[in-house]
Amino acid sequence: MFSKPIQFIAQRPTLFAVMIIAACVVSVSALAAVPKPEIPKGKGDRCVEDTGFMRKNHMELLLHQRDETVHRGIRTKKHSLKECIDCHAVNDNQGQPVSHEDSKHFCVVCHEYASVKIDCFECHASKPRVKKAGQRL
Amino acid sequence: MSQQENKIDEYRRRFLGKGAALVGAAALAPGVILHTIAHAKPADEAVTSKVRWGFLIDANKCAENCDACVRACDEENGITKFGRPQTDAQWIRKITLRNKQTNHSITLPMMCQHCAHPPCVDVCPTGASFKRADGIVLVDKHICIGCRYCMMACPYKARSFIHETVTGQAPDVPRGKGTVESCTLCVHRVDRGETPACAEACAKTQEGPAILFGDLNDPNSKIAKRLASEPSSAVRADFRLDPGVRYQGI
Repeated sequence: MFSKPIQFIAQRPTLFAVMIIAACVVSVSALAAVPKPEIPKGKGDRCVEDTGFMRKNHMELLLHQRDETVHRGIRTKKHSLKECIDCHAVNDNQGQPVSHEDSKHFCVVCHEYASVKIDCFECHASKPRVKKAGQRL
Repeated sequence: MSQQENKIDEYRRRFLGKGAALVGAAALAPGVILHTIAHAKPADEAVTSKVRWGFLIDANKCAENCDACVRACDEENGITKFGRPQTDAQWIRKITLRNKQTNHSITLPMMCQHCAHPPCVDVCPTGASFKRADGIVLVDKHICIGCRYCMMACPYKARSFIHETVTGQAPDVPRGKGTVESCTLCVHRVDRGETPACAEACAKTQEGPAILFGDLNDPNSKIAKRLASEPSSAVRADFRLDPGVRYQGI
């Protein structure tokens, strides 16, 4: 009358409960096994906004600033992507800033962890420009 | 909900602001309105239509074998080539005009003419192609879908499509595959009070400055004074697009 799995549960409830708990423990330990990203420190004392606020809202700030800059020519430094890149540049072993193709890149560290694909760097430079003599940046 | 209210507030404020400005303008006698156009605008201020940026290009001073402007543009804007001249991006190019009867030829740089009535903006289906308040015609690559309609509409062949993945962009000049681009009048330099790279490079050449950059709206600017006192023409003036780039000697 019962199908096979239900018969199994009905006959051995204790064993089933133990199996469920075991499954939960395994999945929790699997979660814990993914290491938290090590977020590289930026230059200077503090970010332009609180860390918690930035973590949650940086994309909104960038989106807002993007329209202000492109359409209205407002080039304040506070929420500019270029400034983020300058301040949060991560150097490789040779002391050169890494690009977004490197997992050590400030943006990439978290975005890889959160599995969120960003397309900013398909167009935007992901590392500061090497300054030439007498050049204003 | 609150966002929508904010928007409505914003519209109301803008409307009231415009009304106040009109009343203010009417109260002042014409000519008394003070123009204070600083060359480098503060970074937090939006561009205005008080300024209209443009070029005056003297083809007589443009040497045939000189491509300093093209090289400066490529360098400044990080324009990389793939050895495919048919499809590689070009923001500025040198063209040679030859009179078939006399064989007299002149060369001149050709780029986006920053029209007052830009056809590229008219045809853009997404609003990506737009004219800034100060007359600079740009592509907002965030909303460009790469349809290339603007490229077909432009009578000056000023726009390029990026066919291939771009790397190593200049931080001031984002460029990417699948979007259309053209001369930005070095908008990032203009916004901090500098002249476009081509004009700067041209001024350093032996033949002298063939490209003059300035504010067409300011009667005291060098470019406006020269336009007022010397003959100049627009390329294909018959289209009546009112280009911001004007030529001499063509």
